[in-house]
Amino acid sequence: MATAVLRGNARPVRRTSMQRDRKRALLWSYVFLFVFVIFFLTPPVYMLITSLKTSAEISAGTAPWWVSDPTIQNYVEILTSPTYLTFFRNSTLVSVLVVAITMLVSIPAAFALSRMKFWGSATLATGVFLTYLIPDTLLFIPLFKIFVYLRELTGIEFINHWWVLVIIYPTLTVPFCTWIMIGYFGSIPKELDEAALMDGAGYLQTLTKIFIPVALPGIIAATIFAFTVAWAQFLYPLAFTTSTDQLVLPVGIVTTLIKGDVFNWGQIMTGALLGAAPPLIIYAFLMDYYIAGLTAGATKG
Amino acid sequence: MAQVTLRKLTKTYDATPAVRGIDLDIADKEFVVLVGPSGCGKSTTLRMIAGLEDISDGEILIDDELVNDVPPKDRDIAMVFQNYALYPHMTVYENMSFGLRLKKVPKPEIRARVENAARILDIQELLERKPKQLSGGQRQRVAMGRAIVRDPKVFLFDEPLSNLDAKLRVQMRTEIKRVHQKVRTTTIYVTHDQVEAMTLADRVVVMNAGLIEQVGAPNELYHAPATRFVAGFIGSPAMNLIPCALEEVAGALRVRLNGEVGFAVPPDRTARYRPYAGRSELLFGLRPEHILEQRPQQEPNQEVFEVALEVTEPMGMETLVYFGVNGVEVCGRVNPNAGAQAGQRMRLVADLNHMHLIDDASGKVL
Amino acid sequence: MVVAHSARLSAVRPRTRVRRLWRRKSTIAFAMALPLLLIVGLLVLYPSLYAFYLATLNKSMERFVGVANFAFLFKRETFWMVVKQSIIFAVSAVLFKALIGLFVAHMVHNVPTKGQRKWRGMLLIPWVIPPAMSTLAWLWLFDPSYSAFNWLLQGMGMDAVPWLGDPYWARFAVILVNVWVGAPFFMIMYLAALKSVPEQLYEAAAIDGANWWQKLWFITLPMMRNIIAITVLFSLIVTFANFDIVRVLTNGGPVDQTHVFATWAFKVGIESNDIPLGACVSLVMVPILGLAAVFILRDITRRGGEG
Repeated sequence: MATAVLRGNARPVRRTSMQRDRKRALLWSYVFLFVFVIFFLTPPVYMLITSLKTSAEISAGTAPWWVSDPTIQNYVEILTSPTYLTFFRNSTLVSVLVVAITMLVSIPAAFALSRMKFWGSATLATGVFLTYLIPDTLLFIPLFKIFVYLRELTGIEFINHWWVLVIIYPTLTVPFCTWIMIGYFGSIPKELDEAALMDGAGYLQTLTKIFIPVALPGIIAATIFAFTVAWAQFLYPLAFTTSTDQLVLPVGIVTTLIKGDVFNWGQIMTGALLGAAPPLIIYAFLMDYYIAGLTAGATKG
Repeated sequence: MAQVTLRKLTKTYDATPAVRGIDLDIADKEFVVLVGPSGCGKSTTLRMIAGLEDISDGEILIDDELVNDVPPKDRDIAMVFQNYALYPHMTVYENMSFGLRLKKVPKPEIRARVENAARILDIQELLERKPKQLSGGQRQRVAMGRAIVRDPKVFLFDEPLSNLDAKLRVQMRTEIKRVHQKVRTTTIYVTHDQVEAMTLADRVVVMNAGLIEQVGAPNELYHAPATRFVAGFIGSPAMNLIPCALEEVAGALRVRLNGEVGFAVPPDRTARYRPYAGRSELLFGLRPEHILEQRPQQEPNQEVFEVALEVTEPMGMETLVYFGVNGVEVCGRVNPNAGAQAGQRMRLVADLNHMHLIDDASGKVL
Repeated sequence: MVVAHSARLSAVRPRTRVRRLWRRKSTIAFAMALPLLLIVGLLVLYPSLYAFYLATLNKSMERFVGVANFAFLFKRETFWMVVKQSIIFAVSAVLFKALIGLFVAHMVHNVPTKGQRKWRGMLLIPWVIPPAMSTLAWLWLFDPSYSAFNWLLQGMGMDAVPWLGDPYWARFAVILVNVWVGAPFFMIMYLAALKSVPEQLYEAAAIDGANWWQKLWFITLPMMRNIIAITVLFSLIVTFANFDIVRVLTNGGPVDQTHVFATWAFKVGIESNDIPLGACVSLVMVPILGLAAVFILRDITRRGGEG
């Protein structure tokens, strides 16, 4: 209203409403977010769609993005297939054991490295993190040879058994989990241990009765991380296990369900979706811990 | 010329009004302080002037130009934040020259202006340092330097001294005043500390709950407050406000505090107060420095009364005495050698030349 | 006398007790860190060194042939193709992941805080799903006969794309899937970093006269420099050594045009049963990884020193 009147000195200034600008920026943000959500969610959604289709509908190929005749036959077949259940069992066993081992190794190590400053603890901590950067793709060949050799040496079947993976996977999980825990332990004020020492607690008691409860969010985050990594592993099991009854889920689905030229995509997608389910379910319920595990490594580092 | 005018300026957050239609005229080169308790709307007002908050209603004019929809960078203003808001990754020089660099001002001119501002604030040796290497007071100077360099029409200060310790605060207060005398730019300064307001301002704007209670020179606000809020807010220790009744006795007016204590209203006020005779929901206002120990010579309109002292606080140059009247704790300032003792009765003098009478219901000073 | 004597004794005893406590502390600490050191030592460091030894043996691992394996590799055209592909793959994937991550993080940051959680939740899903599983989905989406993407393209009047059949499209597909899996990680990291920049800096910049991209360039990016460096370097290492996606999607095809170090080492070492040669291939990654690790180390220690 007063804009028309007060143009005393004509300064070339943009008179756009700042509120309108902000609203427009917000609108564009939502537009882009929507686009990216579509990009990121298309594959899993497509997995779901395909898993509900019959083989006939898939091979007809008329409307790939829509299910006209939904069926849960694929799910039934997969969930009753002994092969698949074996995969699931192997994966679960391996993952749970690896998580247990990881936490048993990481937590005391993190406590020692962050709290009990002994000679070289700082360099050791950084060194441990650096070894995490040595990729599995470098190690799998020498490890393979080592295990072959151990088998010849001791007669124990180190190749082609799922429990070998339980020995190897911690190399992937322990360094990063230790790093996360060091970060969390580091953020606990020193006065807490001193108070505990005053109260008469030894180092082990300080760890179990004070640190672990206080650092519980970090522990949960590290546990989730370890589980997800163990569950999703593909290279090591592919290299080390070959018999169908020893395979873990990712390898099992990729190798057995893709037989020759005939791809039973309905089953493959169902198997893949079920294989992705455990990490997704954990994520759905514990999303904040999941994210904390990721960001802890970098922002606290 | 850099006048600032606020007309019916309003800001509402969702359903909560933060600023409820204020009008203010600030003259060129004036140093105006917005003061009030937390939540009174002073910071919101400042941020609206800066363009950092949207205006719900009303107008802001800088130099007679409506700036409601003008973005901050085009308003020709500079702001000093409470937390300094220095760019941590830039040196002091880069911090101060940032605005000019964005405007593509030629380098020699930038250097001249930065060095000039640095000289005014005595921070020349700090130009190559980063903010984290500076103390709080130094950072505040750099923040001010950043504002001075821009040579704006208006300086805006948002509680700049709140983060400093008491001693530094006093030092920086003088610093700010000195800078204002040198760089005569219109300044709008926000603080919750009424001492800062009184010492720095040409005019003080007391705000409360989104409205302006009173605008005036510091002395005016001190000696002639318009509302109960201003009377109680300005001055430390605060003005004593005691419930009383105004009686008319034989043609003269008397203020009755309680059964024991009562004062005669000075004759020059009689006409002003007469319409309110007979009222009993009034407040009697008297500043502590106008409650003194009994002296051998008594001035006109000073009355003696006796009370039992509850607490005494020896301050060195004076002693504060506290006693209760009508359930209100009253403070007086007496000579340290007057023999004031807690628990003992003492004769005090009330200087009624400086009394105030306030209508409790409306809050207005009569 | 007796009292004084025993007083002196008790003054001596606490000191030796303290000294014993000291010794105990570091031994306990060492004991607690020992399993970690054992795992890392036996299963990471030792095999890495062993790889060097393996690379010097002949195919049946009986004779020592020195650097003959490496020489053999360097003469083969496929090897250089793998080198080129791995580098292009890693650099472009990380670049896009970082850019997309930064962009999406900004978008999420712009949205009011209350709604951010659900957007964040949806956008992170590609990272949560095991890569081998999601790559199967992409494999199906790219299927030569049934590709759902081609169905859309043809529906819009365009030609079907040989996603996995043509070398250039296959490389594109591999990079695309890698970006899809990895971008959410960058987004989460950058979102956390964006939130840590104080709002008042932006207000001061607004008053100083900065528009949106000047704010981005002069304030946001410099404040995020450290986290950008760490995530990019970290991702370069991980992407460079990536196995799952290429293996499932193309298995190095067509005609070895999408092989990267990891998949080729697998093919040569395990499938063709030439372990020393496979070890060689893996080892060529080491100098590149080492360089990246040096940069990361430098950045971490530098950041630890700065405020």
